[in-house]
Amino acid sequence: MIDQSSATTTGAVKLSCRNLWKVYGSKLDYYFDTSGYSIDVDSLAARMRAEGHVPAAIDVSFDVHVGEIFVIMGLSGSGKSTVVRCLSRLVDASYGKVLLDGDNLLAKSPKELIEVRRHKMGMVFQNFGLLPHLSVMENVAFPLKLQGKPLLEQRQKAERVIELVGLQGREYALPGQLSGGQQQRVGIARSLIVEPDVWFLDEPFSALDPLIRRQMQDEFLRIQRVLHKSIVFITHDFLEALRIADRMAIMRDGKVVQIGTPTDLILNPADEYVARFTSEVPRIRLLKTAACAVPANGDASTMPQVAAEEPVENLISKLAAHPDGVAVHDTTGADLGIVTPASLIKSLAALGQDNTHVAS
Amino acid sequence: MSQADAIQTVPTAKVRADVRAGWLAVIVFALLCVLAQAQFDWLETFPEALQLPVEAWFNIGMDWIVANFRAVFQTVTLVFTYPMGWIRETLHWLPWSGFVLVMAALAFKARGAGLPVFTTLSLVYVLTVGLWTEAMNSFALVFISVPLAVLVGFVLGVWGFASKRVERALNPVLEIAQTVPAFAYLLPILLLFGFGPVVGLVASVLFAFPPMVRNTILGLRDVPSDIIESGQMSGANRAQLFWLVRFPAGRRQILVGVNQTTMASLSMVIIASMIGGTADIGWEVLSTMRKAEFGASLVAGIVIALMAMILDRITFGMAEREGRGLEHRGFLKRYGFWFAIAGSIALLIVLRPALPILGAWPETWQIDLAEPLDQAIQWFILAFKPLLEAMKNSVIFFVMLPLKIGLDKAVSPFTWGFGWQPWHTAVYAVLVLAGTVAAIHAGRVRLAIAVVLGALVLLVGIADMPWPASVAILVYFGWRMGGSGLATGTALALSFLLVSGSWDKAMLSIHLTTLAVLASFLIGTTLGIIAAQNDWFSRLMRPINDTLQTMPPFVLLIPIVMLFKIGDFTALLAIISYAYVPAFRYAEHGLRHVSKDVVEAATCIGATPMQLLLQVKLPLALPNIMLGLNQTIMYGMAMLVIAALVGTSDLGQEVYVGLSAGNFGQGFVAGLGMAIIAITADRFCRAWQRNHEARLQKGAA
Repeated sequence: MIDQSSATTTGAVKLSCRNLWKVYGSKLDYYFDTSGYSIDVDSLAARMRAEGHVPAAIDVSFDVHVGEIFVIMGLSGSGKSTVVRCLSRLVDASYGKVLLDGDNLLAKSPKELIEVRRHKMGMVFQNFGLLPHLSVMENVAFPLKLQGKPLLEQRQKAERVIELVGLQGREYALPGQLSGGQQQRVGIARSLIVEPDVWFLDEPFSALDPLIRRQMQDEFLRIQRVLHKSIVFITHDFLEALRIADRMAIMRDGKVVQIGTPTDLILNPADEYVARFTSEVPRIRLLKTAACAVPANGDASTMPQVAAEEPVENLISKLAAHPDGVAVHDTTGADLGIVTPASLIKSLAALGQDNTHVAS
Repeated sequence: MSQADAIQTVPTAKVRADVRAGWLAVIVFALLCVLAQAQFDWLETFPEALQLPVEAWFNIGMDWIVANFRAVFQTVTLVFTYPMGWIRETLHWLPWSGFVLVMAALAFKARGAGLPVFTTLSLVYVLTVGLWTEAMNSFALVFISVPLAVLVGFVLGVWGFASKRVERALNPVLEIAQTVPAFAYLLPILLLFGFGPVVGLVASVLFAFPPMVRNTILGLRDVPSDIIESGQMSGANRAQLFWLVRFPAGRRQILVGVNQTTMASLSMVIIASMIGGTADIGWEVLSTMRKAEFGASLVAGIVIALMAMILDRITFGMAEREGRGLEHRGFLKRYGFWFAIAGSIALLIVLRPALPILGAWPETWQIDLAEPLDQAIQWFILAFKPLLEAMKNSVIFFVMLPLKIGLDKAVSPFTWGFGWQPWHTAVYAVLVLAGTVAAIHAGRVRLAIAVVLGALVLLVGIADMPWPASVAILVYFGWRMGGSGLATGTALALSFLLVSGSWDKAMLSIHLTTLAVLASFLIGTTLGIIAAQNDWFSRLMRPINDTLQTMPPFVLLIPIVMLFKIGDFTALLAIISYAYVPAFRYAEHGLRHVSKDVVEAATCIGATPMQLLLQVKLPLALPNIMLGLNQTIMYGMAMLVIAALVGTSDLGQEVYVGLSAGNFGQGFVAGLGMAIIAITADRFCRAWQRNHEARLQKGAA
């Protein structure tokens, strides 16, 4: 079941969210039965609101592919946190399906759910959710302790992930003795210790100050390059979403307004609301190197190598040093041509004029 | 906008007019009652024909329970007698040096360096004054009652946390357990469980478990949801989620509960000793006080105070202590300390035959402090007698008596130097009327109402006020403050007092607490305000406040009785010295935590320090200060019963008499009466807080 909208991602679907609803109120059975609902989604939500119910997530559907970073972006109250809590079943959805490897999570018994959480899921929280009485080491090893794993294994695995997040030397500190950034590293390490397939991050960097946030985003991308998890990342920060997303969904009032790559969203905003977020974004941020490549005129083998996925932003200094251009290769090593200062300027100019064009 | 405003203003103006008319009606009614009082006896005392034999009913009920269930309770007594005996025997058998070592080790684990020194010195004091055995008897009772109370409280707390319905059912039970004076349930316990130390144990558990319940519920509930969710996502099952995540995360608050429970337990163990037969430190204080051996009584009182401080600092230290983060430590590193302590104690026991000094404190090392203390007290009283008498008399004649029986009776040639004549009443009335008119003229209608009512009460006296007038004023006030709910509650509470025949005594209690609470509140709040401005003063007062709060209130009586003999004035001072502390603490806390932004803004506008205090900080800290008032009332009521020991004549005395005369109904009705007064006062304070918050919100919107 491959989502057609995501031609850029190649992996199989890992996690699939189908027509998910979360409604707060007293008489939910009244709206949903086994056969689903037939009337139009917006009218149904409007009727719920009129009848004193609060639909927090409305007919949410998306797929997350293996190794993909899928970002859900929305302002506060848009339902993004509700969605991720439904995915991890911290909150029970009112209707819909959440398929992990094709297996419906919402149908799991509490016992099965605990097994899923122990082996397949990791989650990072906005306010870290660390246990104040346990050291870094114990916090990180906590999921293994719950599984009754031997102490030695706990320690070995914990040391490994603590090193991964760069907290060596602080193993025996208590959370209260760490800075916010360090605390979130502990949260990240803890969520990774069970080697989960899917990784949920609920506004992990929102409680940190801007400089640390930027640094943590880089760390996060570095870790992901090593681990290739399937990720659902929640944020209210559009620029953060742009930096890290492979694909993203924008939510508003419980509904998904648009799903696509960051470039898709900026170039083809689905409505005014999305356009308001994207209008401020400098176009140069969006362009990937591959989109500016032109066939080489001569021998490109002496030019510096650049990855196809590299943002154009990063090319400028290289092009200044090598006015002849740089050679572009994709991940398989195939030759995609070269980028020269002229081709770069041409592509940027085209972006500025023609917003209907999809860049990648 | 105009429409919304119209909806707002029209009824408000109408409501205001109604309120004024209502107050006017109440005042006129009260005046009529006062004027008619001389003609109609039933205005003065509630007609006996309408009173119900509530006391007798309680006695019948109690007899029935005793007749039918006594065996059950006796079994409980039997079950507990043995472990209590063991603990007591163990403490007696243990060499004093061993006990000191254990306590010092606990103190070290809880707090680090300083506390073990304090603990050791305190225990050496106990040894030196020769009260070791008595102190050990009290400790034995505490050591068994605290774990029991903590267990009961924790289980109920967890249950209340898990089920909203259980919590709702628990709340009134806890409230009654905390407000009904302990003396009132000593007797039923005595009747059911039989004479002996188990009474002290049961009473102490009953009195001490409520704070544990409240803190457990609070601690478990306030764990941030992030922590719970992270536990769930780590794959915790229900049991793991509770014991490995929620409980440790709420541990600190729960340990605060253990601290409060320990202090309550000690306090009750001391009080319970008055039924005698325990030969513990509380009995020592009480028996010496009865024999007017104040020196000996003070010496023993200091032992209690020191015991309280040690227990408080140790349990509080446990709550404050940070988890150590169990690094990978070996068995020896983890438990080595306790093995060393256990080893040392074993060594002490082994060495005892050879070195008897380790086991029994030599008599030659004992010092008799009582004698010189007695002499010092005698000298002091002789030297300052005129001053002490003058203080006592002026407060009694010019403040206590007028408020109690009214200016018309309190002013006499013996007290004020002249008698109250009708023309005094006339002048008084004119002055009050002038003040009222001035207040109304300035637009301060509330002030005017307060002036009239206050003047009326002062003229007639709280105790001599016709009961229909008091009922009308209080019920209408309740209705204004908290709507029909509070009015109904107040009416029911007052009816109980009337019907059960406790009205007169209850008015005396209200008189004494009103005075004591007002004084405590004024003193405490003023000192608190000073402490909030002055770090030096704050540092000076903190240990004094801590000491006054930690000591079982009972001990506070000793020095005051020494100086002022028994009577209402002594009771007043005792209540004040116990009840001013919450007012102090809440005022200081409230003022110190006023938002910095607002203070900075006001400073920049150019407020003087005085303006800053009066016009910015105090209004903002008002909710906190009112919380202090609420607490002051509760503390005052609690102390009122204890003060009965020094000869008051109110409900507290009634409770005490009921206990000593073995009349369960008498003591319990009076005890319930006190609880009812305390709970009603609490509801008035809460209503004020709700109104205040609502006003702020309306202002914001």
